[in-house]
Amino acid sequence: MKEYVRKYFLLRRHNFQVAVKKAKRSKMCYAFLAPYAILFTLFYILPVVTSIFFSFTYYNILESPRFIGLQNYISLLLEDDIFLIGVKNTFMIAVITGPLGYIASFLFAWLINELPRWIRTIAVVVFYAPSIAGNVFVIFSIFFRGDAYGYVNALLMDMGIIDAPILWLVNPTYMLPICMVVILWMSLGTGFLSFVAGLQGVDRSQYEAGYMDGVKNRWQELWYITLPNMKPMLMFGAVMAITQAFGVCDVTMALCGYPSTDYAARTVVTHLFDYGSSRFEMGYASAIATMLFLVMILCNKAIQSLLRRVGT
Amino acid sequence: MSKEKKETMVKRHNVILLKKRQPNRSRIGDFLLYLFLLLVAVIMVFPLVFAISSALKPLDELFKFPPKLFAQNPTLDNFQDLFVTMGKSWVPFSRYIFNTVFITVAGTAGHLIISSMGAFVLAKYDFPGGKAFFGIVVVALMFNGYVTAIPNYLIINALGWVDTYWAIIIPAFAAPIGLFLMKQFMEGLPMSLVEAAKIDGANEWKVFFSIVMPNVKPAWLTLIIFSVQSLWNNRAATFIYSEERKTLVYALQQIQSGGIARTGQAAAVAVIVMLVPIATFILSESQILETMASSGLKD
Repeated sequence: MKEYVRKYFLLRRHNFQVAVKKAKRSKMCYAFLAPYAILFTLFYILPVVTSIFFSFTYYNILESPRFIGLQNYISLLLEDDIFLIGVKNTFMIAVITGPLGYIASFLFAWLINELPRWIRTIAVVVFYAPSIAGNVFVIFSIFFRGDAYGYVNALLMDMGIIDAPILWLVNPTYMLPICMVVILWMSLGTGFLSFVAGLQGVDRSQYEAGYMDGVKNRWQELWYITLPNMKPMLMFGAVMAITQAFGVCDVTMALCGYPSTDYAARTVVTHLFDYGSSRFEMGYASAIATMLFLVMILCNKAIQSLLRRVGT
Repeated sequence: MSKEKKETMVKRHNVILLKKRQPNRSRIGDFLLYLFLLLVAVIMVFPLVFAISSALKPLDELFKFPPKLFAQNPTLDNFQDLFVTMGKSWVPFSRYIFNTVFITVAGTAGHLIISSMGAFVLAKYDFPGGKAFFGIVVVALMFNGYVTAIPNYLIINALGWVDTYWAIIIPAFAAPIGLFLMKQFMEGLPMSLVEAAKIDGANEWKVFFSIVMPNVKPAWLTLIIFSVQSLWNNRAATFIYSEERKTLVYALQQIQSGGIARTGQAAAVAVIVMLVPIATFILSESQILETMASSGLKD
């Protein structure tokens, strides 16, 4: 055992010395990274670390934070029923809209890529429109209005499917599905654009080579040539899809109200918003953010290992 | 016509045909897929059409219920009213435009240069700490921005940047999304390209600017879109208080929230705010062309 520990530390020291030598040789790399690294530490790492620290305190913004250990996490998991509703809803939304939106982003980018150049530009603008137009999703509240004047109600009543208007955005049964439809409609965002750009970088000669080697149709071409070439962008898109899927809150808040009936459209981020801005319990809000953060990291790990298998 | 000439003509014709139609595509598949694309496009473009047509509606049509999709008698009155209101503002309106343009241009330029430099070494060189740093950047994307607002404010305050443009511009330089995007695209570049340039006597700076950057043009054009979109729409309300340093979007939203009588102007504002991001978008998207870096090399 002693021998083992000794050897372990010897190896560690050796590795460390190698790293130091390597670091000395790659001064140029550090020089290139330095401006970004300094700013990133200052404006991103530091605030995140501070927020994680706040999650172990009672902090109401006015008084200085008071350390209370794991109390926030304990009450979050054991006492807060509404949080659990939020977790359930967020999970439902993420599991359904996340993968679907991700696949749709890629599929549409791929189809658009084959259009002639100027049509492609227009097509990209059209498909990206819901993301660029800010909060236009509020027009869906006209569609799904609860009275007989709402477009959906009027249509269904004209066709004789229902005989009384349905309160789409107040009735808990319909809230989540409607939000999911709207989120899917908006899902061609950051990932979609990076796919469009990435597809342009795929080497054409590989397609010709694949054609010679017996790739028969567009789907084989997609799986054996395009997707392996797109791996870096696929990883980027996956991270974006995760952040969007777990961070849902403005759509549910704008459509179903805040708070919504029976908290049926409450998500984790809505809960966070509630504690952070309405009740000024920043410590508790930070605890929610930290929990969400951990779940997203785990999810990211799982998806990245899945993506490694693409094209094999 | 001689036989030879005919043959070369047929050959040329075949080449043209090959270029026009990609292999591995069936006509019926093409047709069905494009029909599907068209159908989805109609659904996706709806908000844009709706926003533009409401800006063209006269006031009485705006309040019609249920709203009609297209304006019956379109006018530009809303825009005219908006310009009248703008002209009456306390700070001249050109000042707001300058503020936003300055923030957007400076923030985007700095973000592009700084994050591309970082991404270049992270993607192409192996040095201690590089992988770990990149891991942190990716993970940082996932932390909810809402709770970091307070520490962020404290840091900006400590730097003395509250109520200056720098409070918006400098943090925008380090946005993780840009570094992540650039690194992913640079990974696809063959290392032999960098080495070849070095053998030819280029230093790192030269390699970065004249070899790597031109080859990842689609990436940085996309980055410009993201950056312009977020900075243009940045209300900056947390950090900027002085009226003469407020952004255009903030000023327009003040007009927009001026009550029910300004509904028409509000619709016009929505369109004007969208114009610049969409223009940037169209410009950069039309520049994204195939870049074939690897085809020049034989490994």
